[in-house]
Amino acid sequence: MTITNKIIEKHGLKLKEFENIKKLMKREPNLLELGIFSAMWNEHCSYKSSRIHLKKLPTKGKQVIQGPGENAGVIDIGDNDAIVFKIESHNHPSYIEPYQGAATGVGGILRDVFTMGARPIALLNSIHFGSPSHPKTKSLLNGVVSGIGGYGNCIGIPTVAGETKFNETYNENILVNAMAVGHAKKDKIFYSKAKGINKSVVYVGSKTGRDGIHGASMASAEFDENSEDKKPTVQVGDPFTEKLLLEACLELMKDESIIAIQDMGAAGLTSSSVEMASKGSLGIELNLEKVPCREENMTPYEMMLSESQERMLIILEDGKEEHARKIFNKWDLDFVVIGKTTNTKNLTLKFNNKLVGEIQIDALATKAPLYKRKWVRKKIKKSKLDIKKIRNVNFEEALIKVLSSPNHSNKSWVTNQYDQMVMGDTVQRSGADAAIVRIHNKDKAIAVTVDSSANYCKSQPKIGGKQIVCENWRNLISVGAKPLAITNCLNFGNPENEEVMGEFAECLEGIKEACEFLNYPVVSGNVSFYNGTNKKNIFPTPVIGGVGIINKLSSPINHKFKKDKSLLLLIGKTFGHIEQSCFLKENFSIIDGSPPEINFFNEKNNGEAVLNLITLGLTNSVHDVSNGGLIVALCEMAMSSNYGIKIQKPKKVRNPIEYFFGEDQGRFIVEINEDDLIKVEKVLQKNNIYYELIGITQKKYFEIEGLMKSDINDLFKINSQWYNQY
Amino acid sequence: MNSSVIVFPGSNCDRDIAVALEKMQFKNKMVWHKDTTLPKSDLIVIPGGFSYGDYLRSGAIAGKSLIVSEIIKAANSGCLILGICNGFQILTETGLLKGTLLRNKNLKFINKDVNIKVMNNETKFTSKYNLNQILKINIAHNEGNYFTKKSHLEELKKEGLIAFKYCDEKGAVNDRSNPNGALENIAGIFNAKKNILGMMPHPERMVDEMISNTDGVNLFSSLINK
Repeated sequence: MTITNKIIEKHGLKLKEFENIKKLMKREPNLLELGIFSAMWNEHCSYKSSRIHLKKLPTKGKQVIQGPGENAGVIDIGDNDAIVFKIESHNHPSYIEPYQGAATGVGGILRDVFTMGARPIALLNSIHFGSPSHPKTKSLLNGVVSGIGGYGNCIGIPTVAGETKFNETYNENILVNAMAVGHAKKDKIFYSKAKGINKSVVYVGSKTGRDGIHGASMASAEFDENSEDKKPTVQVGDPFTEKLLLEACLELMKDESIIAIQDMGAAGLTSSSVEMASKGSLGIELNLEKVPCREENMTPYEMMLSESQERMLIILEDGKEEHARKIFNKWDLDFVVIGKTTNTKNLTLKFNNKLVGEIQIDALATKAPLYKRKWVRKKIKKSKLDIKKIRNVNFEEALIKVLSSPNHSNKSWVTNQYDQMVMGDTVQRSGADAAIVRIHNKDKAIAVTVDSSANYCKSQPKIGGKQIVCENWRNLISVGAKPLAITNCLNFGNPENEEVMGEFAECLEGIKEACEFLNYPVVSGNVSFYNGTNKKNIFPTPVIGGVGIINKLSSPINHKFKKDKSLLLLIGKTFGHIEQSCFLKENFSIIDGSPPEINFFNEKNNGEAVLNLITLGLTNSVHDVSNGGLIVALCEMAMSSNYGIKIQKPKKVRNPIEYFFGEDQGRFIVEINEDDLIKVEKVLQKNNIYYELIGITQKKYFEIEGLMKSDINDLFKINSQWYNQY
Repeated sequence: MNSSVIVFPGSNCDRDIAVALEKMQFKNKMVWHKDTTLPKSDLIVIPGGFSYGDYLRSGAIAGKSLIVSEIIKAANSGCLILGICNGFQILTETGLLKGTLLRNKNLKFINKDVNIKVMNNETKFTSKYNLNQILKINIAHNEGNYFTKKSHLEELKKEGLIAFKYCDEKGAVNDRSNPNGALENIAGIFNAKKNILGMMPHPERMVDEMISNTDGVNLFSSLINK
């Protein structure tokens, strides 16, 4: 079969890239080989547009055991405990088939974590839908939420935190990002680097079907009106089999049988075998007739490109085959030696003893294309905001508009569909600044959270990039955790577009600076380009997943007011930054101006002081101030607790609207006992922290002198309606 | 007291219940579903989860597995048996408990803390609770909508075989306090001899103040002091 231009195009390869393949192979590839190149050279697997930018991110630190480049990142939390975590996108499949797309997104990220020897202990997600009035949004929301729940609930790992957002930029291209967090012993981490020749290459898990063929290539192209036709490339998840695979792998990992292990994720058998061989500078030979197949007459091409779920590739130590086979048989899983490592540095594919394909590993991995794409800096548009007009709104009505909006409504309709309690270690469930999950049988815990700010990133990508890292850091602080490291999921439009590439480059600059300043390294991540349809790109949406440590879990802290007559302190300075705020969006449908500036020094100083107060046991509750500003943060504390507030009218401020709804960064609200005020002030003054005593908690009423007084039950009702009525 | 927790492929609350049992001083053993003998047990627990992926019907395949005939034998000789969530579903599939668990009324998985009321405290499972005591217990299920035929419902009522009913925080049993559509708000039932309890709520999730509350503790302490 000759390779025509049409075939090349269908594989998502550019003609130039095909010329390059011929040069590397010194001949024309056959169809199987072309398929393998297309799987390894697409954006999703090769990071060809993003690599030069990703390299700039800080990835090292005393806490880092393994940075990017493995199945997941690994950090040290002391006492020989390690946390393994990563976030990944499953955007395109979820738009085409929301239930299965979201479910397999969860399944895929879980495998990345347990492949490294970790037992998954928490799941998180960041899901973004189009406008609620868009005809597809409702069914996508239903499908994605039940898909995430369907997988996590069944496998029995708690889904503890996440965000659900709506923005018309995602009308034709939703985002579904899933994060998994696991716990391992520091001296028992498993990697994907192959070592030694003539070692058995073992296929375990589910059988291979025709599902998901070219899934990774689909994720590397824009959508068009025919995208629905891509349904057959969406994989189907089976969380039950994954549960068996998880238990079998962890059982095998108890001893020294495994040299290397890699899950078959995007690009399935191809990428798993190539990555293991590439990391070990070895070759790998596969006998494809041995691959367990679900369907009849599957061709080598289909086997190599299938993205059937719940499969792993393992390289075993000599003589361990029978021991390993017994474990997988116990769990009723397939276990087949399908090949061996070689010293040829080639991927050698045989089918019934006939050579059907042979490619240099380097050509697929290290020699994959690397693009230095053109990009332009964002032109900052001048804000056309009429500040006088916005100050004239009724304060209480403006608050109600925000509280009842889809983006700020209570999300228990979503989170009640996720089992948050299974495994018995969830100390703080969804709804707080971060979730807290105890390390099993220990007196310490991790805190986890995910954040994004697409509107900020769209208007000024660099500030947006800084802001999400800082907000994420602040969220972990707010539950009393010391932030350790992050994973990022970079959702962007078409990288061949200079403006999109500019958004990417600038967001990364911001993320880099914030991570460096806060000593908050990036240990894993994923890039998802081509989010958009017919040349309309989504807003840049980097999502940050953070992990922090709570070393002594005596009394965990959250944002719920604990009693009445406590004092409320606002830490950090309020300037009243109203541009790009939720207030403007929900009240005037205005998305205009710049995001709030980030002052790294204040951010870090304020955060560390708050963490210090929490550790000293001087706080009753803590909440970070973010979207919606001070007033929404206070409402969230009140609505979750049944205590209200009584706040004095601010004195030195321009206007209450800007004071209460402004989204200045680096701020926290802390609730303290009156008796502790002197101690608290001492800590704050010693560190030169700007703070204001803004009021007290009280029973029943949410009251701001001269502006509003509402029963908190009424506010709660307003906040809880939207999902149930949608 | 000796307890055994049965582990099916797809069970996922097996560790949680084992932790709770050990905390309450049970000597616990995990029993693999392919085993054909049971260790000496005063209590057998069938834990929550998705045995066999809930394929065919929740609990249907587990109800036919090897160990089940041993469980039935033990049950008939008076051994105490507790089925939680998927364990309750499995008990109805084996016939040890009557009735069935349908899809939740809202057709969605539900995970939240709900209130339940102790309807009979003169049993080995509930003696440490007060009658009509209101407990806050976590539920997590897709199929918890209990249904049974009229004659069995009459029997449940007459013989005091309803263990728990869903209620609100003041104890009112009505449609609003019914999370899943269960017949007469039934959250858990006994067999006629009251040595088997099946319940949808998860008492093992409520034994640790740090995580939730301790409303589940008295179920286990009732059993250990029976």
